[in-house]
Amino acid sequence: MSALLAVEGLSKRFGGVHAVEALSFAVDEGSILGLIGPNGAGKSTVFNLINGVIAPDEGRVSFRGADVTGAPPYRVARHGLARTHQIVQPFMTMTVLENCIVGACFGRENLPLSRARESAREAAVLVGLEDRLETLASQLTIAGKKRLELARALAARPTLLLLDEVLAGLNPTEVERMIGTLRAIRARGVSILMIEHLMQAIMSLSDRIVVLNTGRKLAEGLPEEVAADPLVIEAYLGDPGLAGTLRGASA
Amino acid sequence: MIGLLASLLDGILVGAVYGLAAMGITLIWGVMDVINLTHGAMIVAGMFGVYLLAGTLGVPVYATLPIVLVGGFVAGVALYWIAVHRVIGQPPLMSLLSTFSVNLVLIGLGTAVWGTVLFNVQVSLPGLSLGRYTFPGTHLMAAALTGVIGGLLYLFLYRTRTGKAVRAVSGNREAAELVGIPTRRVLALSFGLGVALACVSGMLIATLFPFTVLSGDAYQLKSFVVTVLGGLGNPAGALAAGIALGLLEGLATPFMPVSWTLVIEFVLFVVVLVAFPGGVLGLRRARAH
Amino acid sequence: MTLLRRPFFWIIGAVILTFALAPTYGNNVELRESLLLAAVYITLASNLNMMLGYAGYVNFGGIVFFGLGGYFCVWLMSALGWPLVAATLAGGAAVSALALLFGLGILRLRGAYFALATVGVNQGVMAFVTNFGPWGGATGIYLSPALFKPLGGPAQALWTIYYLLVGVMGLSLYLSYTVKSSKFGLGLLAIGQNEDAASVLGVPAPRYKAAVYSLSAFLPAIAGGLYFFKGAFIQPPDAFDLQLSTEVIVIAMLGGQGTVTGPALGAYLYEELRGWLLTSPTFSNFQLVIAGGLLLAIVLFAPGGLMGLIYRRWPRLRRILE
Repeated sequence: MSALLAVEGLSKRFGGVHAVEALSFAVDEGSILGLIGPNGAGKSTVFNLINGVIAPDEGRVSFRGADVTGAPPYRVARHGLARTHQIVQPFMTMTVLENCIVGACFGRENLPLSRARESAREAAVLVGLEDRLETLASQLTIAGKKRLELARALAARPTLLLLDEVLAGLNPTEVERMIGTLRAIRARGVSILMIEHLMQAIMSLSDRIVVLNTGRKLAEGLPEEVAADPLVIEAYLGDPGLAGTLRGASA
Repeated sequence: MIGLLASLLDGILVGAVYGLAAMGITLIWGVMDVINLTHGAMIVAGMFGVYLLAGTLGVPVYATLPIVLVGGFVAGVALYWIAVHRVIGQPPLMSLLSTFSVNLVLIGLGTAVWGTVLFNVQVSLPGLSLGRYTFPGTHLMAAALTGVIGGLLYLFLYRTRTGKAVRAVSGNREAAELVGIPTRRVLALSFGLGVALACVSGMLIATLFPFTVLSGDAYQLKSFVVTVLGGLGNPAGALAAGIALGLLEGLATPFMPVSWTLVIEFVLFVVVLVAFPGGVLGLRRARAH
Repeated sequence: MTLLRRPFFWIIGAVILTFALAPTYGNNVELRESLLLAAVYITLASNLNMMLGYAGYVNFGGIVFFGLGGYFCVWLMSALGWPLVAATLAGGAAVSALALLFGLGILRLRGAYFALATVGVNQGVMAFVTNFGPWGGATGIYLSPALFKPLGGPAQALWTIYYLLVGVMGLSLYLSYTVKSSKFGLGLLAIGQNEDAASVLGVPAPRYKAAVYSLSAFLPAIAGGLYFFKGAFIQPPDAFDLQLSTEVIVIAMLGGQGTVTGPALGAYLYEELRGWLLTSPTFSNFQLVIAGGLLLAIVLFAPGGLMGLIYRRWPRLRRILE
């Protein structure tokens, strides 16, 4: 399997703090890569570096063979990389459908308005918002807004989806539902790179895991390998029950 | 050559007052992400404040300072509750337009009452003579008072509990609220403080130059130029940048008609903003949304 | 064009026809003059609205397009003998090109900084023109009455200019409508909602902002050419009048920013209000105070303007109007 996204030697400093340091990993086509790590490990910064919100100090980001290091976000999106945010940012005065149409129009396929509606509707159906297409985004619940954020990114028919804590703030039923949606997305051929704190979810969903701690890669491998890695368990120290959960989830 | 030096030194004195005015803008911006477009009108308010108090009521000119300061603070708090409070969470466009509209109202009322004639505040203060050149006493006094107020502001922000609360809200409003700081009151207080600084700077400028109701615009522009030069949210930077601007004006005035100074300042404003989004002296502040 | 099937397309057409025909019947010069002013307001407000209401960028100094367009046209006609239509079009093109140039610099700024920078552009251009000899400097340019001859003499020329201005107004409304219904407009609206999120979704924000800034300069520049030709005189303070710029913002907000009908409605109402204010002895000095108070009330209580209130009361109208 070829690498869809390759990150090499990525570094970023803010003032004197190394937010990300010498990070390298790759996402294979058709796979789900999980990115985990304690709070403040730099995971969201990695996303920002990949999709061009911040330019790295050092390192390279290549997507589908093209060098997109430091390219502006809209150009990265045009290459086929979509991203959701931890704090959802829907276009409040637009409807669910309109939000998705924006995604469809300006994403990888760069569709004209007339054809964008179809892609937008499909994406909304996939996340389960088909009965609320005409609802204003501001009127959705948090769960609804999270689903909209996902639909909007999907409407662009991306090849790679960056998900930033898409399960945060959802109740167990909603989490189940979202996991199902993510599997359906992968089944359609979209690769996923996801940041998540919900250990059981990310361990069961991911093909591979990368663990980040204070900006550096701590470990990488299959979920069960990572869960058994003493360095990883040590990083999460302060939550001793977690070690058991990790081992239990990947068993 | 000595003439130029004198001009430059005088520029430093006047520039200090510009810095004071800019502190008003930068404080409000730093704390609540609002650009106060009533700033010019409040400078004019300070000017007319000292004019009325000293001219009509016979209060000694420099004694009006605390009155203008307190009056400005009260006005600022009122302005916050009227025009700013409701639009705090909304896109910045809204607070821009709301403060802009208040400015329209105030300047409109001002021109209706006082027209566009020149006013002057008479102060007799001995100057400082160095060789052939005399530095007007008013300039020296204004710079000195600026230093005092700047020092008081520093003490307030860094040595009092309320000041600490202001800095906390400025850094991260949600976190401040979580630890129990009454953020709305802090915002109102900060706005009041920013306006008070504007009024006091107006009062001092009135002792330096003649003014009209419409003078506010020019000084507001200068305040913005200084603010972006010094770094948004950085009061010390504002003072330094104000002095820098004063120096620049001191350099330019012997050689150039006054009407061009303003244009140059505008160009400077735009150039600095485009080239240094965080201000030349300032830190790039990442704002949490 | 499916737009032709939308009722709103024909509503705009009806408005244009009303403007054109109403004063023509009965040769009503007074009505024509008042409608001419309205047409200018509507042109300026509609074009401003594309930046303000769609992309969320306040152009405080938008009047610079109007003034520069006026100067280009008047100068081309008086100094180089160009005919009216060519001069106005050339003015429009020149100003759009300049806008693109300025835009490249200042569109990197967000929110308030952009707004203040636009004032800077206006004041800077005004200062430049005031000192620019070939354009009459501070005195300005006077047009000789001879220039009205090709149009059939002054009286006839005034009518021609009026119809042309109504045409420009109509084009502004159609432009506003077409953009809003297009992919470009959707991108602008997304930028207005959340520029960063829009960029992440693939909206090429810098390009789009530059395009709309330049586009929003074109028709106001032409309107400026027509307006100052009509007055046969142009000078810097009239051409680059920040107060007019402010009023245009109030009009756009009053009517409803982000809508196509809003600026038209706002212009009509504001002109009525202004007319009443100017004739009232108590209030004639308070024009700006009233404008300011109105703007404050809108921002605080009805940020969607009149159209916002109307849509909230009658949501079905959203389908018909824009």
